[in-house]
Amino acid sequence: MVQPTIEETRLSTKQTIQTYREGARITDVDALVVEDLSVYYETDTGTVKACDDVTFTLKQGERFALVGESGSGKTTLAMALMRLTRPPGHIAKGSVMLNGRDITKLTEDEMRKTRLSELALVPQGAMNSLNPVMRIERQITDGIIDHLEEDDPTPTKVDLQETVRDLLTRVGLRPSVGRLFPHELSGGMKQRVAMAIGISLRPKLIIADEPTSALDVVVQRQIMQTLGRLQEGLDASIMLVGHDMGLVAQFADTIGVMYAGKLVEIGPVEEVFSDPKHPYTKLLIGSLPSLQEKREFLGIPGLPPQLIFLPEGCAFEDRCPSRFEKCQAAIPDLINLGGRREVACHLYEEEAKS
Amino acid sequence: MSAFLELDHVTKTFGSEGMFGSGSVTVAVDDVSLSIDEDESSITTVAGESGSGKTTLARLLLGSHVPNAGKMLYRGKDFTRLTRRERRNFRREIQPIFQDPFESYNPFYKVDHVLDEPIKNFRLASSGSEKQQMIEDALEMVGLVPEETLGRFPHQLSGGQRQRVMVARALLLKPRVILADEPVSMVDASLRATILDSIRRLNRDLGISVIYITHDLTTAYQISDNIMVMYRGTVVEAGTVDAVIPDPQHPYTKLLIESIPQPDPKNRWGSEPPQQNWDTSDLQIAGCRFADRCPAVMDRCHDTKPAQYLVNDHQLTACLLHEENGEMTDTDITTTFQTEKETIKAIPANS
Repeated sequence: MVQPTIEETRLSTKQTIQTYREGARITDVDALVVEDLSVYYETDTGTVKACDDVTFTLKQGERFALVGESGSGKTTLAMALMRLTRPPGHIAKGSVMLNGRDITKLTEDEMRKTRLSELALVPQGAMNSLNPVMRIERQITDGIIDHLEEDDPTPTKVDLQETVRDLLTRVGLRPSVGRLFPHELSGGMKQRVAMAIGISLRPKLIIADEPTSALDVVVQRQIMQTLGRLQEGLDASIMLVGHDMGLVAQFADTIGVMYAGKLVEIGPVEEVFSDPKHPYTKLLIGSLPSLQEKREFLGIPGLPPQLIFLPEGCAFEDRCPSRFEKCQAAIPDLINLGGRREVACHLYEEEAKS
Repeated sequence: MSAFLELDHVTKTFGSEGMFGSGSVTVAVDDVSLSIDEDESSITTVAGESGSGKTTLARLLLGSHVPNAGKMLYRGKDFTRLTRRERRNFRREIQPIFQDPFESYNPFYKVDHVLDEPIKNFRLASSGSEKQQMIEDALEMVGLVPEETLGRFPHQLSGGQRQRVMVARALLLKPRVILADEPVSMVDASLRATILDSIRRLNRDLGISVIYITHDLTTAYQISDNIMVMYRGTVVEAGTVDAVIPDPQHPYTKLLIESIPQPDPKNRWGSEPPQQNWDTSDLQIAGCRFADRCPAVMDRCHDTKPAQYLVNDHQLTACLLHEENGEMTDTDITTTFQTEKETIKAIPANS
């Protein structure tokens, strides 16, 4: 299981998918297929549908960004993909196919082996996810040792040290950082350590949950660019979870917009930014402050609904500038608008049929 | 024009060189001079990355740090020589708003507590009904509905609402200056607009000066009049936002602006910029502190410390590339700021 070094492997010639990002290699192989995934929290007052009927596909080598405001269910979804949902939350239905296996059906032990080796999480606020009383090198090798199979040879100390050095260099840190404790590192450095742990077993899917939310712009850019470089080196896919539309525009190939537990729009980043379809996406993109012109602040009026008392129709109905009768009556399904563009809005139903 | 608060060549360092020179010294604020005007109110952004000294500067202005060198003057009087009464007045006249709208609250108390307390403390109201009126006015001023806010616990409010209650709290004391340290960095992008809007309204409608500390130059550009960019304790560039943001002169300001994730997928970041080297102690750097990361570095940068050079009337920079402009005689960086208020567009009231 232990690889002494991570070599940059490249896929053989498989069909690649058109993207706007320079140097991207997205192949037409499904890395992750999520179908009708629902995560519910059972509370005394009722069922909270934090994530409801979410369906999307991630191709190998693709950078998929999941955006939404706090409480829209994006972190719930990310945690469900890692099978880290805590009670009273539970996966109510749906499937998550990762490399041809439905991970919702795996036993706890199989899932344990799958985490880190097939899909890894770079958590939100990595500064708080490291053990304060353990040297960085120990925290990196812990996962590697834990994933050894019974018949694997025990790695020597020298092997492990070499692995740590290699991983730290890869994430842009000096190898000597391995000897330090978390409190001796800056926020950006801790985030880099979290990335080193994340890639230590060469996962094919990296889930990054707001990896830069507490960092300043220059460090944020460095971290995101390092993450992108690592992902390309591993030919892995990335699911970036966050609310910063600017970051998404800079980093991702595909964007999925979540609102009140549902995916309301999916599409290539360039197309969604230049021509958003869902009224919520339109407002979200329209509310971004710009450096080019000074103008009035446009927020989105109103507040998102409470997930425990969802309306019968579309959850965005009461804030939507384009609402009509049907919106109150029925929940819109995700409809395909051609290509990889999908939207869940009644406005486009006619268009999709014709 | 008289100064409400003035920093005169202020330096603040942390740590010591140690008995055998083994310790390390961080120069958090290095020889900064600025003044906040009494009559003309403005919004000034202090920008820079973590460790640039922007929060230390804020703490100096709040009087919670004492400078190692230089003087701070409050209404022309040395801050260290204030009487109790003057100091108390100072504490009312400058009000902070902090980054984390969770940690500013005691979760066991209702939000009313943070509003009651300053009124009691500074004896601002003579009766209960007057107090109630003051609180309601302040909440309405920041766009909150008193009935929906009062009587609730902090966890029952959204992050945006909590932060606006903090703005209302600051407002109760009728301060001259509000110092907002990253007030929106922990808040969802969609709620930022409303908070920044209420801060801008304080300045426009009530004439309160705002010092807005942030690393987000986009919001800085949108709400502030002036900006000062800090890097490892020094002010590397300052001036009006209209001069600095469209045409930054210091390579660090350029890097900051380039690194803003623009919401435009067709215009992506260039190559990865170099990391900051924290290994060298600030005192070991003889020249420009940005030299090791600077794309435009010259040999001289490593051993010559740049002074402040004027680029134009509304912009100064501490970069040797502008040395031919000559050193500024008045080191107060606020001389480049815009004091006359331009008319600001009306802002629609947001919920």
